[in-house]
Amino acid sequence: MTLTPPSTREVLLSVRDLEAKFTTDDGIVRAVDGVSFDVHRGEVFAIVGESGSGKSVTAMTILGLIPTVEVDRGEILWKGRDVLTLPEEERRKIRGGEIAMIFQDPLTALNPVHTVGRQIGEMARVHEGLGKKAAMARAVEMLDLVGIPEAKERAKMYPHEYSGGMRQRAMIAMAITCKPDLLIADEPTTALDVTVQAQVLEVLIGIKDEIDSGIILITHDLGVVAGLADQVMVMYAGRQVEMGTTEEIFYESRHPYTLGLLASLPRLDDEGDEPLVPITGAPPSLINRPSGCAFHPRCRFAKLPGLCDTEVPALRLVAGDAHRSACHYAETLEGVTVDTLRAEVDQAELVAADIDAGEPGA
Amino acid sequence: MTAHRGVGPSTELEAMEPGGGDGLTDVAAARPLRKDVWRRFKSNKLAVVGLGLVIILVLTAVFAPLIATHTIIERDSGHFREGPSGSHFFGTDTIGRDVFSRVVYGARVSLKIGISATSIALVIGLFLGAVAGFFGRALDSLIMRITDIFLAIPYIVLAVAIASLLGRSENTVIVVLGFTGWLGICRIVRSSFLSLRQLEYVEAATALGYSKWRIMFRHILPNALQPIIVYGTIAVGSVILSEAALSFLGVGPVDPTPAWGLMVADGKSVLAVAPHMLFFPGAAIFITVLAFVFIGDGLRDALDPKLK
Repeated sequence: MTLTPPSTREVLLSVRDLEAKFTTDDGIVRAVDGVSFDVHRGEVFAIVGESGSGKSVTAMTILGLIPTVEVDRGEILWKGRDVLTLPEEERRKIRGGEIAMIFQDPLTALNPVHTVGRQIGEMARVHEGLGKKAAMARAVEMLDLVGIPEAKERAKMYPHEYSGGMRQRAMIAMAITCKPDLLIADEPTTALDVTVQAQVLEVLIGIKDEIDSGIILITHDLGVVAGLADQVMVMYAGRQVEMGTTEEIFYESRHPYTLGLLASLPRLDDEGDEPLVPITGAPPSLINRPSGCAFHPRCRFAKLPGLCDTEVPALRLVAGDAHRSACHYAETLEGVTVDTLRAEVDQAELVAADIDAGEPGA
Repeated sequence: MTAHRGVGPSTELEAMEPGGGDGLTDVAAARPLRKDVWRRFKSNKLAVVGLGLVIILVLTAVFAPLIATHTIIERDSGHFREGPSGSHFFGTDTIGRDVFSRVVYGARVSLKIGISATSIALVIGLFLGAVAGFFGRALDSLIMRITDIFLAIPYIVLAVAIASLLGRSENTVIVVLGFTGWLGICRIVRSSFLSLRQLEYVEAATALGYSKWRIMFRHILPNALQPIIVYGTIAVGSVILSEAALSFLGVGPVDPTPAWGLMVADGKSVLAVAPHMLFFPGAAIFITVLAFVFIGDGLRDALDPKLK
């Protein structure tokens, strides 16, 4: 734990009650439904969730990158100004200059026809009006900063001459060229080998400290979150289900979905014979979301019929200063851990095996 | 490989050789694109021939006064419609002018018209195609309907109309062919932009705060250039052909101008007595157009070997 908790530092980004949707031929997709959170300077804020949970749309909406998304409600306050009401030209200046994005796939996010150095330098040329030479010098400096050896020579190379890890470093170099206050990293390591992942994340965190920015880390990899994040927000079907510090989420989770995610992962301290507990069922469609709590059809703890399938649970304070959960029965989850879940499943499987053996016809 | 190129009779085997080399360089992936393209281009014999012919054409146009034996208006009195001879390599025309010198100077006319008209067409087609493909929606529909309308107007009718407005001259031909030739380029550019704007590096460029115009012309256009280069090269040839057709129909430049099409038109009425008057300028058109098409084909194969 740090002595000064992140929350005492400057609030960079404050998202308030954001609702965003897409209109498709099949109906309205409510991709983001009432999401609120703050990101502070110097903090790594992780948004976790499975595919289609709305985590990327939330981040992209902050930058205004999806032209087809409609924001129905809410505010996105960037240093106190609501970016949703800013003219496009102002938003463009924020993009790249103040908030920069690191994309998931460095293979496709770099332009194949320009040298890496030119692409990095272009940031400085556009946002700071640097000349060609100065921009190239900056690009070399940035490549050096992200740990690319012989940066001067590499800057003259094209993306296809880089390895995957180098490309992701180059992407990071590009994003930090103008020393942005906030970095949005959308699955920054998904396309990389595990060994390279660690290096890239290390670079990312080192850079954050160097330029004193905040990071929004979007990922479905809880391992990445555990190592890096200060705050964690878990999303499911476009809604926030739990929010808190990394410790609170990992060790004192008060939401069945978060518990489910954790229990489905193997851990390094496992003996090897612990069962992995899957979350049964499939993620819900955002067009036709289950009534009440969207997670109730897959929830082990759901009390049906009852509140779970009739009322949408609000995100509320459940413990500590800021540990919030959107579960009607969050209090009953106190003391429930991954281990209890696993033990339960172990038991259930034994029973099921007995039944199978006893009644083959059933 | 290059040492014995074009010497041995085993052309097919040789043509395959660079193909085999391709796989290796792809794995190495270290060779700059330009060198790769040139290497593949070189291996296409027709393309090299085309390039050689175009170089000769350009040199002819530049050094026309040195190459030509006469001026384009000088009359050799008493020598009308004479066949090729020592003093007139390609013979003389109806009023005694030297056909060889006129064909040589004609290279200037053809190149000027071919390059200028193609440039106009490229600029219009690139801009409209890029805007249509990038912005999509209403703007796209509008631009596509405009191209439909242009497609429905025969360019020769338009040429006659414009020529009657501006008068017959080289510039008229340039304007007519430039303003009718952009349709194909527009469509190619539009479809490239439609697919390229979906790519992640274009989205990344937006996320980095670049303006729309910068994204269109710095990030997307260079990736869309290959088909444009090919089309543009072939277009120079076809513009020269169209120029000849317009001149032949009497809509192009007027008489003292040594336009090849005009010379063919002059020769057609005296074909039986002086076939050389039609043959030489006709051959010049034929060879020039073919040369540009060969280069275009070679470039297409060299730029995108997968198409082969």
